[in-house]
Amino acid sequence: MNEVGTIGLIAALAFAAYGVIAGALGGKLRSPRMVKSAERAAAAFFVSITLAIVALETQILTDNFHNAYVAAHSNRDLPLYYKIAVLWAGQEGSLLFWTWLLSIYGGLAVLLNRRKNRQLMPYVVAILMGTGVFFSSITFFVANPFGELSMVSAAGLQAFQPADGNGLNPLLQYHSMVIHPPMLYLGYVGFAVPFAFAMAALITRQLGDNWIRTTRRWTMVPWMFLGTGILLGGRWAYSVLGWGGYWGWDPVENASLLPWLAGTAFLHSVMIQEKRGMLKVWNIVLVITTFFLCIFGTFLTRSGIVSSVHAFAQSNIGPFFAVFLGIVLFFAVSLLFLRLEFLKSENKLDSMVSRESGFLFNNWILLAAVFAVLWGTIFPIISKAIEGQTVTVGAPFFNRVAVPIGLLLLLLTGAGPLLAWRKTSFQSLKRNFTLPLAVAVVVGAALFAGGIRHFYAWMSLFLCAFVAVCILQEFYKGARTRQKTGGENFLQAIYNLTMRNTRRYGGYVVHLGIVLLFVGFAGQAFQAKTKGLMQEGDELRLKDYVLRCSNIVSGDTPNYSYQKIQLEVSKDGRALGTLDPDRRFYKASQQPTSHVAIRSSLTEDLYTVLAGQDPDSGKAIVEVFVNPLVAWVWIGGFVTFLGTLLAMVPSRVERQMAEMRQAQEVAVRASNAL
Amino acid sequence: MKSKKLKFGIGIGIILAVVAWEAISGFQQSKTYYVTVNELTGGRTARERVRVGGVVAPGSIERRGGKVTFRLAQDANSVPVVYVGTDTLPDTFVGGAQAIVEGEYTAQGEFRAEKIQAKCASKYQAKPPGQAQATQDVSALDGPR
Repeated sequence: MNEVGTIGLIAALAFAAYGVIAGALGGKLRSPRMVKSAERAAAAFFVSITLAIVALETQILTDNFHNAYVAAHSNRDLPLYYKIAVLWAGQEGSLLFWTWLLSIYGGLAVLLNRRKNRQLMPYVVAILMGTGVFFSSITFFVANPFGELSMVSAAGLQAFQPADGNGLNPLLQYHSMVIHPPMLYLGYVGFAVPFAFAMAALITRQLGDNWIRTTRRWTMVPWMFLGTGILLGGRWAYSVLGWGGYWGWDPVENASLLPWLAGTAFLHSVMIQEKRGMLKVWNIVLVITTFFLCIFGTFLTRSGIVSSVHAFAQSNIGPFFAVFLGIVLFFAVSLLFLRLEFLKSENKLDSMVSRESGFLFNNWILLAAVFAVLWGTIFPIISKAIEGQTVTVGAPFFNRVAVPIGLLLLLLTGAGPLLAWRKTSFQSLKRNFTLPLAVAVVVGAALFAGGIRHFYAWMSLFLCAFVAVCILQEFYKGARTRQKTGGENFLQAIYNLTMRNTRRYGGYVVHLGIVLLFVGFAGQAFQAKTKGLMQEGDELRLKDYVLRCSNIVSGDTPNYSYQKIQLEVSKDGRALGTLDPDRRFYKASQQPTSHVAIRSSLTEDLYTVLAGQDPDSGKAIVEVFVNPLVAWVWIGGFVTFLGTLLAMVPSRVERQMAEMRQAQEVAVRASNAL
Repeated sequence: MKSKKLKFGIGIGIILAVVAWEAISGFQQSKTYYVTVNELTGGRTARERVRVGGVVAPGSIERRGGKVTFRLAQDANSVPVVYVGTDTLPDTFVGGAQAIVEGEYTAQGEFRAEKIQAKCASKYQAKPPGQAQATQDVSALDGPR
């Protein structure tokens, strides 16, 4: 099986290299045969990598511990769904997986665009395959998942197969962990497609808004996956790591946030180019930045260059990534400079209070966030290089910078879409913002009266109210207009309104999701926690909750043994059922982990951890947190996900246009035939 | 028009100032020196807030009266560490694990750690000999043969 995988990798490398050459030459010489051949190479790249994936996954599922990767990351008694996830649990496998996703995106990009964008496609293929060359050679030469175990004995070097593997890291044995990495990678990898289109547009000088319209959905898909992946990672941290939070500004978390922020800026600023022909250079810069940060994130995670709780062990792939990043940056930036004259803006900014300026502010703020987070993340490296001393910065730095930036963004989430293009009159400002502001003031006063004195949390909830009303008002107004003219009922009107312009109203739904996320973030300010030693009959109190230990049990499964504490929860004397956090000792990896138990509600989570056993008294160490509003983070993430899907549905207007174009083409062909 | 631009300028200036102030004070509050055990024992660092990376010396962990002490080692050097934090120690904190301790290095040459992070060392090496069937014989785990 290892031979099959190796053959797959070699073939993939060869096809990718051929795809680069055939694509570039085919585009240059305008040879349709060569372009066709390049596109076939992209398909063959996909098939070869798939072969390697099948070869590795087969060995994982059949417990072939002769393979070093399988022996290091799997074990016999691992449940099936975790075995599937072993593919991306370690360095080698996850790089192979990365390459595979790239081949899927590449194949789809070719398949869906082979009739459109004839001029761009050869270069798109060349650039995607260029990325493929890098990742398949890293996987083949440096981090090969098809290594075999051997041992030295009296008879010399012999093949060796241990009876069982080391097992999947227990921290990764959690349901959302099975889908979190694929989501994240689908995000990271997917930005290669808009990048490739942008580069192809630069090479062919086709710098109108064609490449932007083509890549709109290609940007939204990875953006959606990346955001979802980040939140699933937060969800995993919350449910597994047992420190009561979901975001700790760890370098690996930051690495995933950076391209998301840059991608968000890109998604917004392309709209100005589409509508007003402005910011052309800026858009290219943003797509380069986003792609760069995606690769940079992978590099940061994998090279061990910054110390992190999730980073893989120190490894030798760092320099290769650094070189690749250098090449990408050099190639993209020089190309941009060569084509600057084709990127002149068609319009000027008319007013500081307009949709354009709203987008511009949004961009600046997002980029400021990228800069601040990037700075803090790589500060250890910078300080080592300059001062010779490694200086790290922790969560307080990130929180203090990110909170004001986040609040500004939140404000724009509501206000931006209500500003008119070009120039917004004072009258329209008054008309649009009176109601949201009034509601926000009422909410703010109520919160203050309710005893909320934490400034940023208060501000956040105040703005949430403002933005939510701004958005709902848009739906309401649009629906009222339809009702008056079309005689539809209110719900019909909302539905038709949304489906007629999915892009706009899907965007509003995304913005609503962001509001809900911020509601959840604000709750973090009111976290409460306590810790106690417990045995049967002991009680622990936190806020209005009383937790009584009714039982401590131990048990055994093939994969792990466990100790479980049963806590009877009551609030204000009312029984709320039991929570039973446990501690598991995984047999294959010989590692213990804690499994938290959470009682979740829309207002607050009661979060319990069995942290260990006190060595002196033998009592259980129990940690309890009350996390207000956390549920809204997950709900907000889900709404954002749905909104993005909605924005990708072709709107009725779009479909009508497409039908018209088709009818025209048929007519033209018919007249030509005559 | 001009006064409008000025007003915007002032607004943006205030925002920038707030963010910059938050950034600087957050930086001051959380900046921590990071050194290895060798650098620490070599006296190459100021004795202020510092993080030290090393390996928990196997067999050195002692828990007495709710107090945890151990030695953090690198090569032949090691420093005694006493844990004074309140968080429960992570599950990965065992002999042989890579650990990062954060706190202060006292004049007596003892490290008072407020926070301890630990990461399991590469697993094949971490398994105690005898427990895994052929650990001591596994010569190479790298590359295709």
